[in-house]
Amino acid sequence: MTPQRVVITGLGPVTPIGVGAQTFWDALLSGTNAIRRLSAFDPARFDSQIGGEISGLKATDFVPKSYRKASKIMARDIELAVAAAHQAVTDAGLRTRCLLDRGEAEGGPNLDPARFGANIGAGLICADLHELAEALHSASEDGNFSMARWGAEGMNNLTPLWLLKFLPNMLACHVTIVHDAQGPSNTITCGEASSHLAIGEAFRAIARGVADVCICGGAESKINPMALMRQALGRRLSRRNDTPESACRPFGAERDGTVVAEGGGLVILEALEHARRRGAPIRAELVGFGAANDVYSAGQPSQLAPDGRGLALAARKAIRDAGLTPEQVNVVTAAGYGMPAEDRVEAAAIRSVLGPRAADVPVLTIKGGLGNNGAGSGAVDFIASVLTLQHNCLPPAINSAPADPECGLRLVTDGPVDAPAEYVLSLAFALTGGQCAALVIKRYRD
Amino acid sequence: MARRIVITGMGWVTPLGCDLETVWQRLLKGDSGVAPTTIFDARTFPTQFAAEVKDFDLRAVLGEHFEAHRSASRNAAFALGAAEMAWRHAGLNGGSGADPEMTGVYLGGGEGPIDFDNFVAAAIAGWNPETRQLDTVRWAEVAGQRLAAAREFEQDPNCAAHHIACRFNAQGPNLNTLTACAASTQAIGEAMLIIRRGDADVMITGGAHSMIHPLGVTGFNRLTALSERNDSPATASRPFDATRDGFVIGEGAGILILEELENARRRGAHILAEIVGYGSTADAFRVTDMHEDGRGPMAAMRAALADAGLQPADIDYISAHGTSTEENDKIESKAIGGVFGDSARRVPVSSVKSMLGHLIAGAGAVELITVVLALRDGIIPPTSNYATPDPNCPLDYVPNEPRRATLKTCLSNSFGFGGQNDTLAVRAFE
Repeated sequence: MTPQRVVITGLGPVTPIGVGAQTFWDALLSGTNAIRRLSAFDPARFDSQIGGEISGLKATDFVPKSYRKASKIMARDIELAVAAAHQAVTDAGLRTRCLLDRGEAEGGPNLDPARFGANIGAGLICADLHELAEALHSASEDGNFSMARWGAEGMNNLTPLWLLKFLPNMLACHVTIVHDAQGPSNTITCGEASSHLAIGEAFRAIARGVADVCICGGAESKINPMALMRQALGRRLSRRNDTPESACRPFGAERDGTVVAEGGGLVILEALEHARRRGAPIRAELVGFGAANDVYSAGQPSQLAPDGRGLALAARKAIRDAGLTPEQVNVVTAAGYGMPAEDRVEAAAIRSVLGPRAADVPVLTIKGGLGNNGAGSGAVDFIASVLTLQHNCLPPAINSAPADPECGLRLVTDGPVDAPAEYVLSLAFALTGGQCAALVIKRYRD
Repeated sequence: MARRIVITGMGWVTPLGCDLETVWQRLLKGDSGVAPTTIFDARTFPTQFAAEVKDFDLRAVLGEHFEAHRSASRNAAFALGAAEMAWRHAGLNGGSGADPEMTGVYLGGGEGPIDFDNFVAAAIAGWNPETRQLDTVRWAEVAGQRLAAAREFEQDPNCAAHHIACRFNAQGPNLNTLTACAASTQAIGEAMLIIRRGDADVMITGGAHSMIHPLGVTGFNRLTALSERNDSPATASRPFDATRDGFVIGEGAGILILEELENARRRGAHILAEIVGYGSTADAFRVTDMHEDGRGPMAAMRAALADAGLQPADIDYISAHGTSTEENDKIESKAIGGVFGDSARRVPVSSVKSMLGHLIAGAGAVELITVVLALRDGIIPPTSNYATPDPNCPLDYVPNEPRRATLKTCLSNSFGFGGQNDTLAVRAFE
């Protein structure tokens, strides 16, 4: 059986610089920067007090009326995924249960729910500290926690469905319920590599013929005290609290760390024949996927192999999977966290794959204006890659000037430039755990 | 021609022990791994018992390799210990004969247990009872002093897969899925597909979890999902019995070595069984309940059969998800009835959760190992603690006694909260 060709028919970015494909793209082109002092809580005692927030977004705006009540058991990560799903299916012109119920689409469904799959990357969802702290406090005496009181009474201050707010597979659970996706379903939890792995695995599911359509990508919020604390403890964050907009500087000579963000991206992958049959808008074709681990240090899982070997291996596998050679890659989308060591590792991987061409191949790097939203970050990068390919245009790398000469990459820092491309290579790697993944996207041609 | 995928090694860390054969014999005898909780003081909790792993020493299992993995969380330690045993069982000590770039890891691994005491201290210090608000300034002061980066990041669910990759130089595809109670069955199915499509030749796969900590048990107690039979822990897990009152939380890991057939043959590996089919579906129904017709589980079993090119009549035994909750056992029975029709009552179905408890993300892998051993020995492990038939569960559950049977092809089911359904089809190797 010849594998199905897989095309991208819908994009659903939910980011600090914009929600929805067109808004997001316009914001990328105009160099919009959404990094501010955090407003969700008082960050005064954190080393890093800035991030990329999305204001005014709530899940109830993206689900059928009958499902609004369920938003009470959605952690922020889940809300972001539900919003992204709505954007993606709308963009793809899919008439899912949600859009039909909301009166946003007419006629019957234009896909088979049993062949509609989902693969959504998720992070370690942080418990709502407010709710938990109040309950824990109720089981304490003079500031000391009593397990006996917790078991007997304290725990009853948590809502009965408390646990369900934080299970990573609840992103996919709510999305599949809302849109009636009963096909192959999965939840990948591999940090910042999650979205790429989820998109790659969904690509394989369609290629082998067990689904016609998959909704895939990822979402995460790092805008809560616990997530910010973990990143701060790991010394990952920029301390440029006085100049938030210029804090995150991917591959920049003066970078001092990344910034936290919330957001997500879900995309619609579809078997080419299915997309053609329903006259779907085809944005690009997905042609390659590779995954690897850099197996560097079990004792220090947040340290990467300095030569970037894991990411380079994933990239080579993806390029080979696409039937290409590295010479054919026209644009590389980097994870580009703006972190001193990690950016150098990523640059080393890119140089090792592209060789001397690394100095000439333009790099798409977008976190300077919107920050790092963890498990959802790769999907946002992927969406930017598809739009770059579709529009023949490369958005600027915000804050990357002056570029770090040691990285040796070609960064476009002064406004968007024309960038006709046949193939874009999009990279992702986890900041803890060594997981690496790469996807190759191709300009769609009949 | 399609690549065939075989199982060549297995290891586990369970509430009944860590030695493959010893645990298997104990399961056939109907031993229970359930007892009063010792990991924390649960004496005032609605549920005061669990199936804990005891006498597991990662240092003893890893020997000279322990130092590199000393920081492993309880979850990662279980996974790594089981992987080490599986690797040896597969005869891979001298190398896999496979390219490291074509050797991968796919786990259904849980998160590492939270740093409970320090987390709680910060939460209590940060709560302002007057304003009834969390004072994030005060919280950050305490949390910043008490929490540690290394311990926090070891909680990430992808850390166990990293430990395993480092230990065995597995540079290939490396993934973790966390589809709740279905995770490790899902991981094994997905790992099988990765080999089948040629993205790897060897995969180390399975899962691990420990949610026997105060917040884990709290979460399930609040959902009223756990048995509260505190006066009789060893008989609390009673899948398919009319008097069941919830699942028993367990912990542990199961790891299997999957290998492309030719790779296994080339190195003269002993082949334990073949994985022939996998199906994954979503209920897409409700967050809290399974669809009453069991449509998701039915679709998963049918998808696994179709993937393997099998008919229901080919199936000799089903290792059930069988959690001992009112809802799962009823709906799983209904779904099996839906797929197998009139012959459903002739297919033996059993749940080793009656003895091991529910290992959450790790459950499916441990159960698949029992299926492979059942195929090998021609004997079906029992559903223990079965006394009172439930009219809603009308199948043959192999009650209380193991049963000799000629087994060739079996299914293993796992279903997760949120409507995640996964089924594997395994066959005796020919």
